[in-house]
Amino acid sequence: MTTTWEPVIGLETHVELETESKMFCGCPVDFNAEPNTVTCPVCLGLPGALPVPNRRAIDMIMKIGLALNCSISEHTIFHRKNYFYADLPKNYQISQFDLPVCEEGFLDIEGEAGGRVGIERVHQEEDTGKSNHMGGDGRITSAEYSLLDFNRSGVPLVEIVTKPEIRSATQARAYGLELRAVIVSLGVSDAKLEEGSIRFDANISVRPKGATTLGTKVEIKNMNSYRSMERAIAHEVIRQAQVLDDGGRIVQETRHWDEDAGVTRSGRVKEGFSDYRFFSEPDMVPMVIDQEWQDRIAGELPELPSDRRKRYQGMGLGEYQAALVAGSEPELVQMFEGAVDAGGSPPSVANWLTGEVVAALRRSDHSLAASALTISHLVELVGLVESSTISTSAAKAVLAGVLDGEGSPGEVAEARDLLQVSDAGALEAAVGQVISENPEEFERLSGGEQKLIGFFVGQVMKLTGGKADPKVVSGLLRARLSD
Amino acid sequence: MSARQTIRRAAAAMRDGSLTSVELTRAALKAASMTESQVHAYLTLDTEGALQAAEMADSELGAGDDRGPLHGIPIALKDNMVTKGIETTCSSRILSGYVPPYSATVVERLEEGGAVITGKTNLDEFAMGSSTEHSAFGPTRNPWDTDRVPGGSSGGSAVTVAVGSALGALGSDTGGSVRQPASLTGVVGMKPTYGLVSRYGLIPFASSLDQIGPFTRTVADAVDVLSVIAGHDPHDATSIPGSVPNLDAGLGRGLDGVKVGVVSEMQRDETEPAVRGAVANIIEQMEANGAKVQEVSLPSFEYALSAYYLIAPAEASANLARFDGVRYGNRVDGANVADMMSKTRADGFGAEVIRRILLGTYALSAGHFDAFYGQALKVRSLVRRDLDAAYEDVDVLVGPTSPTTAFELGAKTADPLTMYLTDVFTIPANLSGHPAISVPVGLDEAGLPIGFQVMAPALGEPTLFQVAEAVESIAAFDQEPELAGSLA
Repeated sequence: MTTTWEPVIGLETHVELETESKMFCGCPVDFNAEPNTVTCPVCLGLPGALPVPNRRAIDMIMKIGLALNCSISEHTIFHRKNYFYADLPKNYQISQFDLPVCEEGFLDIEGEAGGRVGIERVHQEEDTGKSNHMGGDGRITSAEYSLLDFNRSGVPLVEIVTKPEIRSATQARAYGLELRAVIVSLGVSDAKLEEGSIRFDANISVRPKGATTLGTKVEIKNMNSYRSMERAIAHEVIRQAQVLDDGGRIVQETRHWDEDAGVTRSGRVKEGFSDYRFFSEPDMVPMVIDQEWQDRIAGELPELPSDRRKRYQGMGLGEYQAALVAGSEPELVQMFEGAVDAGGSPPSVANWLTGEVVAALRRSDHSLAASALTISHLVELVGLVESSTISTSAAKAVLAGVLDGEGSPGEVAEARDLLQVSDAGALEAAVGQVISENPEEFERLSGGEQKLIGFFVGQVMKLTGGKADPKVVSGLLRARLSD
Repeated sequence: MSARQTIRRAAAAMRDGSLTSVELTRAALKAASMTESQVHAYLTLDTEGALQAAEMADSELGAGDDRGPLHGIPIALKDNMVTKGIETTCSSRILSGYVPPYSATVVERLEEGGAVITGKTNLDEFAMGSSTEHSAFGPTRNPWDTDRVPGGSSGGSAVTVAVGSALGALGSDTGGSVRQPASLTGVVGMKPTYGLVSRYGLIPFASSLDQIGPFTRTVADAVDVLSVIAGHDPHDATSIPGSVPNLDAGLGRGLDGVKVGVVSEMQRDETEPAVRGAVANIIEQMEANGAKVQEVSLPSFEYALSAYYLIAPAEASANLARFDGVRYGNRVDGANVADMMSKTRADGFGAEVIRRILLGTYALSAGHFDAFYGQALKVRSLVRRDLDAAYEDVDVLVGPTSPTTAFELGAKTADPLTMYLTDVFTIPANLSGHPAISVPVGLDEAGLPIGFQVMAPALGEPTLFQVAEAVESIAAFDQEPELAGSLA
């Protein structure tokens, strides 16, 4: 009999905060600067230098904690996490241990693979410098030498740790995407996975279904997209199940996801466990977060993605479309909200924005902000379609003209002669022409083959350059049939 | 020999035109040139920089630009405070040749106050020790008997003041490293309330215990030095916010009505009879001068030493981790980065530093944390609680600074535990963060100085100085080692 294995997944997420200055010194946070030019005695770990916490970073981590339904600790302290590494200037990282800023929260994930994911803790720490390993295959083991850049050293980093409650690779991905949406909506980080401003590590173990104890866990790193996160976790779960099915045992280790090969590979084996000798940071005093501070931050919280989606659904958007708009770039969300405020029908505005507008921008490689499209243009365009002043297909051409800077939708439609023809008299001739050109098909239509109506409407649209009102055309055709 | 030169006397003389800073500085440098070969108090003597600063001070004072009590006064710095452009070594081979790119806050404040910085003084490597023998650059000797140690770890700074190669000096006191060498060299040494003086730029030994404090010849001079270096520093998160207490508020007020607690646990049998006798004599005279004396028992003091020798090494094990040869200091090449770090540290640190790093690493390790570091933190809170309770009944606590007078070089280096015991009376004030001061009160039969310790509650500096000054005038100690140069 084969065992059914159940995966147990926990995610650790690091988010680089977009503060003006670093976590414990006044150096600016600047990732584009020349190497080692935004450093000072503190972030270089020079003898005698001392850390002073950045209160703006604490504001930001409190926002994250509140958005994740965490409780905020009244008293929080920093700890030293001790380990030697060349790009860690003090050879300890200032982090948090048993008194993090935020504890015990959750994030609700919608959709099929959804559910509530418990958040164990959200804590504040500092980033390390960067090692560039020169020569060999780019890893430290084969490098001839390494170059160190301390610009990143001391950048505020928030770590968000879930409980080991995630049950599938799909749910892990959904959690990652939802967490990113929350972080972006809070304005505390651009959270770009490809640039490393958000980074995910997964802790994975499997156990026989129904078991209550946890298996040996493996840490997966190097998941550089949400898709690779899902693939890596799915692969690792199967790998572990196979090892156990074959009578083997799981080794506690760190494995790296190899995107091209589609497998995880063993990195460094953790011997037993790492002893970081955490102890409270004696260079700082405990931080007191009083109710007033907490209330101020709670008052600054923006609308969260889940609330925004619910609100959009209340406006008549479908679940998928609501999520699509809510999860879009901020300028698109702003245009949507603005167009709705200006009287545009929410589902139509959403359709146009997420469909044709996005597609057209992608074709022209323009950003929405840089394009000529304004909120009033969008409202006008949607209105012209709804009032049947232009047809949907003509509207696409009108939009292209607007994006090209030819003017407002009305002006473009006029100039390009795209105003819809609804006058039955004017269309009668076109209908007649199409029938006479397609006698065989008209015979079959008359014989009851109803689906050919679409064919004839299409032919009339083509003949009129998209200007004909399809409803009127179809009425004229039916009138002919009943003759 | 005329009356001993002091900061206050020199400052007055510079203002009435009878003395210049250049003259004073030349006298200090001359004292250094006469004594250094015998005591080795300085690691770096900045003759040129000192004379330039003195000339500057004279011209500023001449122009009426008065920067306060230390303007033009020669001050020496323990070599664990970073000085921009001047080598800073912590008496360690690992930092030999290291020139910092920035100055400690105390150094900046001294410079803004017009002080003349004479140089950097010897210490036990990274301030770990009680004799200034654990220096990679050789020991400092006691000017009262050069076969004996000056105490430590700030032995170099203490000796500069004792021999007059500076009029004041800064040391750092983690477990007694200012007060104990002051006691053994016959000068005043003071540890302020934790957080009163910025630690920014002090190369740490144990961050939660370290505090910079002054060595001077008189209590009033200590007030002057502290008044220049004290005060909130935004670069030190443990620095006390708000204004500094009025440090000289108690000077000249005597002992009338002052409640003095004599700590039972500091009347140990192991203490040398001469020290016990001198301390008892002072207490008797304090009472005769109007103080209300009572015995106070602080049971947790028995465990303070053990707790200290877990907490301090634990913090040190992390504080000293940055000396790895990657970014600064000396590097010993290795097969790879880890090997390079390992060889650099093995070569760069002395035996006592390595011992404490190992001790601290062990105390913080999983499986040992609760039994060692955790337990030590509990003792630390007990010490605080005992002291808080005691200060409800008394204004100050008194006792000896050190159980012995200066011991011979090499007497305690073979057995670290006997060396650690020399800090037994000074450690409680570091664990509690309270201010304390050592005042010289006499000599033993061998002609070696004896120090008397006064302790006060947090920010109790005004009362501390009041009582210390009264003790100073009771003792009327005005002797100098024969080695001392004349600063008159």
